[in-house]
Amino acid sequence: MSRITQTLSALDAAGRKALIPFVTAGDPDLSVTVPLMHTLVEAGADIIELGVPFSDPMADGPTIQRASERALLKKVSLRQVIAAVAEFRTRNTTTPVVLMGYANPIEAMGVDAFADAASSAGADGVLVVDYPPEESREFARVVRAAGLDVIFLLAPTSTDARIRAVGEIGSGYIYYVSLKGVTGAGHIDIDAVSKRIPLIRDMVGLPVGVGFGVRDGASAKALASVADAVVIGSRIIEEIENSPADEILPRVKTLLSGIRAAMDSVEVAA
Amino acid sequence: MGKLDLPAEVSASAYNLPDTTGHFGPYGGTFVAETLIAALDELRDTYESLKDEPAFRAEFEYELKHYVGRPSPIFHARRLSEAAGGAQIYLKREDLNHTGAHKINNVIGQAMVAKHMGKPRVIAETGAGQHGVATATIAARLGMECVVYMGSEDVKRQAANVYRMKLLGATVVPVECGSKTLKDALNEAMRDWVTNVANTFYIIGTVAGPHPYPMMVRDFQSVIGEECKWQMPEMIGRQPDAVIACVGGGSNAMGIFYPYIPYPDVRLIGVEAAGHGISTGMHSASLCAGRPGVLHGNRTYLLQDENGQIIETHSVSAGLDYPGVGPEHAWLKDCGRAEYVAIDDEEALAAFHKTCRMEGIIPALESSHAVAYAMKMAAGMSKDAVLLVNLSGRGDKDMHTVAEKSGIKF
Repeated sequence: MSRITQTLSALDAAGRKALIPFVTAGDPDLSVTVPLMHTLVEAGADIIELGVPFSDPMADGPTIQRASERALLKKVSLRQVIAAVAEFRTRNTTTPVVLMGYANPIEAMGVDAFADAASSAGADGVLVVDYPPEESREFARVVRAAGLDVIFLLAPTSTDARIRAVGEIGSGYIYYVSLKGVTGAGHIDIDAVSKRIPLIRDMVGLPVGVGFGVRDGASAKALASVADAVVIGSRIIEEIENSPADEILPRVKTLLSGIRAAMDSVEVAA
Repeated sequence: MGKLDLPAEVSASAYNLPDTTGHFGPYGGTFVAETLIAALDELRDTYESLKDEPAFRAEFEYELKHYVGRPSPIFHARRLSEAAGGAQIYLKREDLNHTGAHKINNVIGQAMVAKHMGKPRVIAETGAGQHGVATATIAARLGMECVVYMGSEDVKRQAANVYRMKLLGATVVPVECGSKTLKDALNEAMRDWVTNVANTFYIIGTVAGPHPYPMMVRDFQSVIGEECKWQMPEMIGRQPDAVIACVGGGSNAMGIFYPYIPYPDVRLIGVEAAGHGISTGMHSASLCAGRPGVLHGNRTYLLQDENGQIIETHSVSAGLDYPGVGPEHAWLKDCGRAEYVAIDDEEALAAFHKTCRMEGIIPALESSHAVAYAMKMAAGMSKDAVLLVNLSGRGDKDMHTVAEKSGIKF
């Protein structure tokens, strides 16, 4: 059983929901990344999505694009991101790490080399935003053979046939994009999400995390009442962006702890 | 990855790409986030049902004839041919189209699809502004709302085209992300589309992007080559020995190449922008100097660094200043049906001036790359040989750039 599945099963058994923060590796500097990952765990993160910077992050909003741009100004590469995971693993062997990014840096490195390196470093999953299932069967095979989970996005517009296709090749969990648009946009329609998630869970047989639009404790709590996991990205990156260098860690910790507390106040039906 | 087991030699008569999933050999495809898939599926299904429908074809042909002014003529550039000292150079005059370039052919087709889908709002990305102007033009013609995304650097460089779009009623949104040029405008337009897909149609200006765009844009642009196929025999009694076109994203080149793919005796030659020279790294020659990767929804040749980050490109012509290229060109290169070469800024400018002085035609800087290569190639050929150049646009938009290069201020 993968570290991701173990983590999500244990939370489920305890009646708790997973908190999954997203940060871009190398933002604002690679030296911040590993300490930031430990801070996320201290503040209650169950899984970390670690963004791999890319020059053309088409599916992300301006906040995450700026994070990528700051990292790329420092020439942060996929190999360095993988090295950061290895460094994180020297002090933390329990919190799963998912590498999230775009196809081209992985293809430039080579899919086999990437899968080997990410697996050896102690990464647990990969989410490639611009690899829908029909373009990534071979990628998913290679990456899963290396022991990594392959996480796919699903959207409100995904048809049943596509949801089943994702169920065939995905693992770990599903990242359900709760709204139309890019990361960091607008407000979530909780009613619509709450109707969709049980259907997806049944068709795919994996836990479902929800993201895109989580801004605060209230929105996280509302999503936690219907999903297995809550993903929060742009709001954390805004905090990093607006903090002086020496205050990034304490400010992110305060923000995420508040969201954790709000989520844990959810009454979970027995 | 991909379907590398396809035969290296493509049988011309059997050419039937893309496949049903939008692939040209290992290139093309649908590399987008899940949020865009439903919109692309809807577009593909609509386009498939419309494209051979007689009423749709008739309306498209009517618009091309009466609004664009097609067919565009072919002109024998006698003095340029003499100066080159070999083969005869013929120019396919896409510069004479309404709005001054080939871009309008595709925009009319896509706007008709948008209208059919009941989308009242169209968006577009633009670099030099030609595709933006064409889109704003058709939006005005059809009474649609139009938003054009343009890198803030390009907004500064192309002030006249920005004003032109505003005159036509479009909203021009400057894009401040990334390198603030065409590729960033494309990213931003995709974001608008994914957010507003219910009422919005994204009119992509070139043969790139996710399936079905490379196929659909090629189909609409192929009117260029279809006309040449009957015009050349009328003029010279046969088809040309080679067809030459500039390649940025590659829409004018696909438009003139595609109908000629089944003619093995007609060489197809794409001319990329070598900028300051391929060896300087400051160019836009994705096919000549790039390697395959994934960007903007398709797999194709890209200009990228060793870490897979897309690098900034350079060309004196904004319309060629793009780090990728349409996936069908990638396939035509690999299978050997088309050849790709590069012409640098200086050579393109020289061809620009020659075409002005010798033929009384002010070509776009993009098209000047194709003219430059044709003159180079003609020099080594017999006087009976015939080269057909796609003169994809007129150079009025380039006055400022050319004047600046010559040290002249308005």
